[in-house]
Amino acid sequence: MKYKSVFDIIGPVMIGPSSSHTAGAARIGKMARELFGREPKWATISFYGSFAKTYKGHGTDVAMIGGIMNFETDDERIINAFDYAKKNKIRVKIREEEAVTDHPNTARIMLGDDEGELELVGISIGGGKIEIIELNGFELKLSGHHPAILVVHDDRFGAIAAVSNLLASHQINIGHMDVSRKEVGEVALMTIEVDQNIDESVIEALKKLPEVTQVTRIND
Amino acid sequence: MFRNVAELVELAESSGKKISQVMIEQEMHVTNRSREEVLAQMERNLKVMEEAVEKGLKGVKSHSGLTGGDAVLLQNYIASGRSLSGNLLLDAVSKAVATNEVNAAMGTICATPTAGSAGVVPGTLFAVQEKLNPTRDEKISFLFTSGAFGFVVANNASISGAAGGCQAEVGSASGMAAAAIVEMAGGTPSQCAEAMAITLKNMLGLVCDPVAGLVEVPCVKRNAMGAANAMVAADMALAGITSRIPCDEVIDAMYKIGQTMPVALRETAQGGLAATPTGRELEAKIFGFALDKKE
Repeated sequence: MKYKSVFDIIGPVMIGPSSSHTAGAARIGKMARELFGREPKWATISFYGSFAKTYKGHGTDVAMIGGIMNFETDDERIINAFDYAKKNKIRVKIREEEAVTDHPNTARIMLGDDEGELELVGISIGGGKIEIIELNGFELKLSGHHPAILVVHDDRFGAIAAVSNLLASHQINIGHMDVSRKEVGEVALMTIEVDQNIDESVIEALKKLPEVTQVTRIND
Repeated sequence: MFRNVAELVELAESSGKKISQVMIEQEMHVTNRSREEVLAQMERNLKVMEEAVEKGLKGVKSHSGLTGGDAVLLQNYIASGRSLSGNLLLDAVSKAVATNEVNAAMGTICATPTAGSAGVVPGTLFAVQEKLNPTRDEKISFLFTSGAFGFVVANNASISGAAGGCQAEVGSASGMAAAAIVEMAGGTPSQCAEAMAITLKNMLGLVCDPVAGLVEVPCVKRNAMGAANAMVAADMALAGITSRIPCDEVIDAMYKIGQTMPVALRETAQGGLAATPTGRELEAKIFGFALDKKE
């Protein structure tokens, strides 16, 4: 079941006018920001489908920039997100794409600064609920409704066991997990949704595992 | 955990509980929280709804200038004593309009189930409370009952205009509201389901065709009629009228209709009212481009 909580239906509390095109967009932007881990110097947003056709009217662009600025769906600063981005010297580009995507409300966000870049594809599935379906070229499925850990690791035997053993030793239960890779034997991405927020010490321990190259966490 | 309306009604009636009670207990179980925490979150949402209606009834205007002020006109008309369809019905309509006018003006609202359809549930709640005098807890229950039916629609069909048209948004909202009105008025869980079915049947096929892609025209007036539809269907169900097609099958029909709906009529501002000469003219004026440059 896609929707698990009654507050997916009666909620979110948000700045209008559209739950999918405004609140959902803000949430996708905020997920990108959290995964990037800091305020970017530049952001390029590509809109597809209904997003591309109607983003101006729905404030989808404003909301997504607001999310990238780390604003919540009900933060009134969303309305002036472009001004806030300008003030913080973030270069913003918006693109309307013609390509047809599986979901009508699809956006691709690229964030970057001198230290690195991030590319993410998110979909807004209705009522403000979103899913992240691609991250830096890896396919994944992330709802943002549970705390999660993203682990970039070598694609070889024992990597998954090493990570899950370490989580088990910290008494962390895995609610949902999937693994995605671009090519056999290269790098892979583990997406692990868990029941409780993860302590920084666990993240540090994961980073020390020989197979692991990068760890990102998303807390509730 | 209930997966459809039949299971929801069965769960409620076999244990002698209200739909709202079943929803509260499921929420406690799924999110591992206490009753107090779950009720407190809904209380906050109720407060946002009250503030939005209050703001809308004072009169707001959207940035585009397309919508705003109709809730005030309706309240003045009710006060004049000339209403034909009845004060309670028009009060629901005007409060639904008030919420959606605030939404269009980028104000703060609570999505029920979406922002574009956020007027129907609070609009009907704040109208029927004048007659039924519910306690604060009963108003919160109204939102859980709405949520329970919306939950089924969201999981078995869709609540997204881009995926299923307006029937999935205002249609779902109206069905949710109708069911909640029935519970508040003392109807049975089965009657709630009948009200939902009767409402949604009359929303089937409704397309999502917003002018200029804005959640304004026709969205605000669709919320108005959604509220009216919910009120009438609730009365029909309370009168003992049932739907020949069971609620779950109506929801399924809605989903299938949405899947076969052309993309132009699913929140792309390419068909329907958005594509009328006046719709196109308004779009050009709002975004400041010449008409012939578009398409």
